[in-house]
Amino acid sequence: MVTGQFVRKLGAAATAMLALMPAFASAQEIGKGHPEPGQFHLQQSVTPIMDSIVAFHDGPLMWTITLIVLFVLALLIVIVLRFNAKANPVPARFTHNTLIEVVWTVLPIVVLIIIAIPSFGVLSDQLTTPDGERKYLGANIFSFGEVEVPAASVTVKASGEQWYWNYEYVDEGVAFDSNILGSAVDSYHQTIKPNQPRLLAVDNELIVPVDTTVRMQVTSSPSGVIHAFAVPSFGIKIDAVPGRLNETWFNSRETGLFYGQCSELCGKDHAFMPIAVRVVTAEEYQAFITAFKESRDYASAVAVLPAIQ
Amino acid sequence: MSEAAHLEAHATGHDHAAHDHHTPTGWRRWVLSTNHKDIGIMYLVFSIVAGIVGGLLSGFMRMELQEPGIQIFHGLASMVYGISDPSGSIDAGKQMFNVFTTAHALIMVFFMVMPATMGGFANYFAPLMVGAPDTAFPRINNIAFWLLPVAFILLLMSLFFEGAPGSTGFGGGWTVYPPLSTAGHPGPAMDFAILSLHVAGVSSILGAINLITTILNMRAPGMTIHKMPLFAWSVLVTGFLLLLALPVLAGAITMLLTDRNFGTTFFAPEGGGDPVLFQHLFWFFGHPEVYIMILPGFGIVSHIVSTFSRKPIFGYMAMAYAMVAIGFVGFVVWAHHMYTTGLSLDVQRYFVAATMVIAVPTGVKIFSWIATMWGGSITFRLPMLWAIGFIFLFTVGGVTGVVLANAGADRALHDTYYVVAHFHYVLSLGAVFSIFAGWYYWYPKMFGYMYNEFLGKLHFWTMFVGVNLIFFPQHFLGLAGMPRRYIDYPDAFTLWNRVSSIGYYVTFVAMLIFFYATWEASRKKRPAGDNPWGDGATTLEWTLSSPPPFHQFSTLPKIDSTNAH
Repeated sequence: MVTGQFVRKLGAAATAMLALMPAFASAQEIGKGHPEPGQFHLQQSVTPIMDSIVAFHDGPLMWTITLIVLFVLALLIVIVLRFNAKANPVPARFTHNTLIEVVWTVLPIVVLIIIAIPSFGVLSDQLTTPDGERKYLGANIFSFGEVEVPAASVTVKASGEQWYWNYEYVDEGVAFDSNILGSAVDSYHQTIKPNQPRLLAVDNELIVPVDTTVRMQVTSSPSGVIHAFAVPSFGIKIDAVPGRLNETWFNSRETGLFYGQCSELCGKDHAFMPIAVRVVTAEEYQAFITAFKESRDYASAVAVLPAIQ
Repeated sequence: MSEAAHLEAHATGHDHAAHDHHTPTGWRRWVLSTNHKDIGIMYLVFSIVAGIVGGLLSGFMRMELQEPGIQIFHGLASMVYGISDPSGSIDAGKQMFNVFTTAHALIMVFFMVMPATMGGFANYFAPLMVGAPDTAFPRINNIAFWLLPVAFILLLMSLFFEGAPGSTGFGGGWTVYPPLSTAGHPGPAMDFAILSLHVAGVSSILGAINLITTILNMRAPGMTIHKMPLFAWSVLVTGFLLLLALPVLAGAITMLLTDRNFGTTFFAPEGGGDPVLFQHLFWFFGHPEVYIMILPGFGIVSHIVSTFSRKPIFGYMAMAYAMVAIGFVGFVVWAHHMYTTGLSLDVQRYFVAATMVIAVPTGVKIFSWIATMWGGSITFRLPMLWAIGFIFLFTVGGVTGVVLANAGADRALHDTYYVVAHFHYVLSLGAVFSIFAGWYYWYPKMFGYMYNEFLGKLHFWTMFVGVNLIFFPQHFLGLAGMPRRYIDYPDAFTLWNRVSSIGYYVTFVAMLIFFYATWEASRKKRPAGDNPWGDGATTLEWTLSSPPPFHQFSTLPKIDSTNAH
């Protein structure tokens, strides 16, 4: 039968496409700390939290939603081919089928439960600041936790202003402002810092140590508006709300520059208050923070670090 | 005056009054209308006008976002405000972009989708489908409609009053979160927007009361609630959602108003208030609102699928109660819009679980539509194309909703273009496709004429390609991390933004085809007949002439057990 063959071919094509999808995704250059041109995937992860988000999204979620959409599409195609007025001049009259109705109610519930199990795990990890004992999921989202994360040892308070960020090293008693590079649209192209992306680069990056759990306290100036602090490669996003002190955490396993952008509409320059986190080695961080506490001047303190590549 | 003359005058006076009552003409027929069909048509025309405005606003946004950098808004701002200084015009342009974003959303939600579904189609067809001569409260129907242009004018006026210092209009998003909508926009623009929402809300509440009463009390003899057509069911459920959700919005924006003008501090931390309180109130309204926009579409699509499959609806009871379930659960999932506000772990877990529950009744609906078509003898007339397009695109929008329901995954996607893609798939491609499906399905009934099927199909295919081009690449932008409501973006996001903007132009052409097709149909006047769709169209409106008489069912139809839904 023509229709049957067509459907089988369609099924084969769909299977081939699905099998190719991971290859397709990995063939693409995926940004780490920033997006790459044309990217259609989450940014690369450098923290256990983002590991679990990527695994959860690319695994159970993408498979489920892709299969559901393809299934519905396949059914619609079968309907178009088999149940058009030419192929099927006399319509059936059935209006009920208890078995299938039970199946399409119960089966989605089962699928949702399968999604919910890792979902709750991923969520709990995000909202539980490490105490050194608790194990985190990392990329293995169907485990009971296997990644060790040290207790938080650095606390940074980020405060959203209109329109820049202020970062305070809470235990060190030093703070600085972080503004977008350039002051007008044309000058966002400024090449003060070579190879840094337009609209993401800032004058003063937040400096944190690698392999260290950083507790981020996020708020907004009391007379200001809501902003949101987000760094995609760390898998964190939390609102900066006036009058509230929100908390999240990250532990980057790689050094480098990781960008984010304000993620809650905050007025005219919402698109122009990026977040840049520079992760350095523990020694470099110590040298920086010592110099910063001494001089209370970010520019001279950051000069002790090696130049950004 | 002689007695005879007096009697004669009395008689003609009576006669006159009787005439007026039945067929008012000219402007009186429309402005003073208490006729549900005429009011329905006015709602549809209003919706089209608002849709043009809202659609053009998004056009400016897509043109702006076609390339990185600021392309047109500084020029627009310097034209509107007469600013000559370049950096001043760029600043004004940035704010203007936010104003456009806000106005686009408010117009599309309150003045395009809701007037089309709950105003136009519900007014026109819910009474016909339940066999009623008119709605229960015809004069309330009149005032409900006429409040809407008032609200729309207030919203448009808001664009021209000062909002944030030094610029006009409110640019804080349709969610009007404080403090951006209080301290952030001290000028009167926000007060106009609040007033506009109040008036639009009163209009919707009155309309909802009218429709609920009509459906509950004025069904024809024999039409029990479980024999009622699914569109009437969808209107009934939506009516209750409006009735319960809109007062909460009214309360929230009244608190905004007093925070702004009378020194209260409901949402201001310096006075012990909390900005997050507003978000809870807003989304307690806002989440049911999205079902308000889509449920009538569910009803419309059910009838179209059944009509063109020449097969009764599969699982009628499950279809009806799936809508009730969606409406009910829709009230207890609001904080899934607020996963990043700092809610506790337990609260987020609850909202994840509750939100995923909605996927079950939604799945029942999708599969039941498919089962209705299964075994059918389908003719792919124009309304059916829109309905099938709706089912597929709504599925795509629905599954990304399951992704976003998971707070763990939403962490990466919240406030990015992924969310924009998701809600445009369910609204701009879901609700709007169901509106066009309804338009082409009922056009011959409402106007008595048939449109050109080829032009309509051209409209469908162009729009199908266009809207998918706009919104599918936005998933990629969101995954890669591009935040929403941005006038400018890092250069890496250029490719998919450009594709998206090209999609807008394709959709623009589709809309031109729509207007041409509508104009063509009104010129050619091809008589449609009472029922152009054949024996699959079983609901009561097809038993009447096209258009139906000014007052239908002067003798109420009797519904027996064989011709239910």
